[in-house]
Amino acid sequence: MANDPIQFTLNGKSVTLQTDPARLLLWVLRTDLELTGTKYGCGMGECGACTVLVDGQATRSCLTDLAAVRGKRVTTIEGLAEDGRPHPLQEAFDEHGGYQCGYCTSGMIMNAAGLLHAHPHPSRREIVEGMEGNLCRCGAHQRIVAAIESAATGTGRQP
Amino acid sequence: MTDLVRPTPAPTGMDRRDFVKTLGGGVLVLVALPSIGVEPAAAQRRQYPTDVNAYLHIAQDGKVTLFSGKIEMGQGVETSLAQMAAEELGAPLSSFTVVMGDTASCPWDAGTWGSMTTRFFGPAVRAAAAQARLILTDLAAERLGVPRSALAVEDGVVYVARDRARHVSYGELARGQRITHTVDQKAVLRTARQFTVMGTSPKRLDGHEKVTGRAKYAGDIRRPGMLYARIVRPPAHGATPKSLDTSAAAAMPGVTVVNHDGLVAVLAADPETAAKALDAVKAEWNVPDPTVNAQTIYAHLVSAAPHGETVDAAGDLAAGRAAAAKTFDTTYYNAYVAHAPIEPHTSVADVRDGKATVWASTQSPFGTQPQVARALGIAPENVRVITPFVGGGFGGKSAGQQSVEAARLSQAVGKPVMVAWTRAEEFFYDTYRPAAVVKVASAVDGAGRITLWDYSVYAAGSRGSNVLYDIPNRRIRAFGQQSDTRGTESYHPFATGPWRAPGANTNRFAAEQQMDVMAAAAGVDPIEFRLRNTKDPRMLRVLRAAAEAYGWRPRAFPARTGHGRGVAFGEDVGTYVVHIADVTVDRSTGAVKVDRVVCAQDMGIVVNPDGAKMQTEGAITMGLGYALSEGLRFDGGDIKDANFDTYRFTRFSWVPPIEVVLVKNDDDPPQGGGEPGVINMGAVIANAIFDAIGARIYYLPMTPERVLEALRAT
Repeated sequence: MANDPIQFTLNGKSVTLQTDPARLLLWVLRTDLELTGTKYGCGMGECGACTVLVDGQATRSCLTDLAAVRGKRVTTIEGLAEDGRPHPLQEAFDEHGGYQCGYCTSGMIMNAAGLLHAHPHPSRREIVEGMEGNLCRCGAHQRIVAAIESAATGTGRQP
Repeated sequence: MTDLVRPTPAPTGMDRRDFVKTLGGGVLVLVALPSIGVEPAAAQRRQYPTDVNAYLHIAQDGKVTLFSGKIEMGQGVETSLAQMAAEELGAPLSSFTVVMGDTASCPWDAGTWGSMTTRFFGPAVRAAAAQARLILTDLAAERLGVPRSALAVEDGVVYVARDRARHVSYGELARGQRITHTVDQKAVLRTARQFTVMGTSPKRLDGHEKVTGRAKYAGDIRRPGMLYARIVRPPAHGATPKSLDTSAAAAMPGVTVVNHDGLVAVLAADPETAAKALDAVKAEWNVPDPTVNAQTIYAHLVSAAPHGETVDAAGDLAAGRAAAAKTFDTTYYNAYVAHAPIEPHTSVADVRDGKATVWASTQSPFGTQPQVARALGIAPENVRVITPFVGGGFGGKSAGQQSVEAARLSQAVGKPVMVAWTRAEEFFYDTYRPAAVVKVASAVDGAGRITLWDYSVYAAGSRGSNVLYDIPNRRIRAFGQQSDTRGTESYHPFATGPWRAPGANTNRFAAEQQMDVMAAAAGVDPIEFRLRNTKDPRMLRVLRAAAEAYGWRPRAFPARTGHGRGVAFGEDVGTYVVHIADVTVDRSTGAVKVDRVVCAQDMGIVVNPDGAKMQTEGAITMGLGYALSEGLRFDGGDIKDANFDTYRFTRFSWVPPIEVVLVKNDDDPPQGGGEPGVINMGAVIANAIFDAIGARIYYLPMTPERVLEALRAT
């Protein structure tokens, strides 16, 4: 049985996929669409490595089926830069050393982007609370918080 | 701005010589080292290279490629190794690209562990770069018609010092030339006073890739026709198959089933189909009755661990007891702890025409190479292991099981295969930090000096058990080494292995809490007590530096206000480290919140101060987990933790302000940086808890339940 095509906006461009709408966004991004910046870490929304933005909201792509993004705007780490310029969060993470192995980094930055979308000027406490569900095993937390603070206080663009 | 594009690995099938040729003419420097001081445990396990240790390639355009058998898993060594090479070569850091962990193009290396990259590979890189500089300036002297002593090097250009209009670049010198040269390690290295690149903190070379999502890990590799595999796993370690029915999976469109020598897998063109096929496999198992669990494991370890080896002994233990004013007998315990890197073990293997290429998430590409070769029945030189970025290791990616699985499956199906462990597989096959027991008997005299130290560690190994205090009567015994507890012979119910500073976390938790026990009983401030019992100048300096950074005011007895402070000292991989921590303990819930950590470290010459601080902050942050919450739940070989919902470690809200002080010591070469920061975290928090509530916790992790239990006992 053929599925209805699923259309959504991915990193600013329209995409249409002819596939099972029950498939998980994480694997569709990583395989069909070859956007491997979004990572698998736990498969149950416990670590945040798979975080993307759906209509500006930080969303765990490992828990999101394709049907749920029909007609919506999906942004991955690959689409965060604009006109070739890195997003202020990307610059701040790089500048502050808000990463080590880098594996959780895409999810951290996307979760932070969602946080800043909802609260453009978060307090430190709001940053910590907003990032609580993202895991980093290398222990870059202190610098990640500093990076988000600095991106939030800058004149950064919002996604 | 540094060129941030990671060099494309050489195409499959090329050997190193061919690969180097593709880089164009240039100067190739081979470094032959005398056997250098590798830690004995590593030397026993692996054969160290006999000839070439490092390669540098300088192309016509002045670009420099540095080859290293080490891998980058977050430590920042891609940057610090390039800094060392840039410093000695006299070329700008921006001219460097670093190729790491590719068995076809990089010099042999045992593996990236033990904080050995900077300590042992670093000197080889520096020697190679220094010799390259010598060769190039020699060539420049000929070209410019002046003696070498009249030349100066700046940013990859050789100038006549008194006539800077006359110059020639490294790139120009390298053009069309191909010089092979062998050097020894005695090439003259630049001193700390001369450093312009070492000792600075440039932006990391891997930063741009990592913040843009472009950094590639093993799971990001795509090969034409690649299949994703899921493997049928037992429900517990020690389980044996009873029945297996793969017919439903085999009937699914696009699914291939492999059942070969105990390896049963389903493969498909996408990971979701493979997962569905695995669900369709019916397998039954005989599961042995568990013989140990998280409660009984400690008694088991004490009785099952091998005979004790004496690591250090001096004086007369009986005399030590006799001289004592007070004697203390204490037993300390710690649970099994997972590595839990956010990237699970993953490999892609492409086996064809008797050759294999494996892209592996591994700390040991050169260890994986012969493992895969053995499994496939081919020669090691026909296996090439390429290591993309590794998403965290911490000692847990030293084994290589997933690479063997991917290679065997690729050989079976004749297509490239990815094996990417799920989080549950990651927990099941982790090589855990061993649960362990430490028994200490110690004593102090009336002047607050330690007279006795009788120390026995079971199952963790001896690393970190060294006493750097002046104790005349002492004995340290290790019942089992960490390195001999792997595999089927083990007395553990599942695999154990190295975990960031193996053994040291267990040993410092016991030793430094015991120090605090004695200090409190002697009525001496804990820092003063440590100062009083050592003459080691490095220890004295680091203790004082930590106390000063913290603003320590001596106090002999616990505050018991619910707020407390603690101190702990340790030495690991040549680095001296002192932690001071503040905690708040909630007496009603037993919850411990760490409010501040100050850490002072003497790590010899520091190659990259900010990088060193990142590693130390990371180690402290990671250490909060094993101190407060991490302890594997299991029943025999049945691993009860399968994901992060039950296995909890450091989260953002747990992380206090962390201040790292690097104690200047340019007299010693660079020491280890990846591990020392983690070793004191159990003891420093335990000591702070004691100060806060007057109760001691002898178990790691120090969960709220254990804190409440300790409070009830006081």
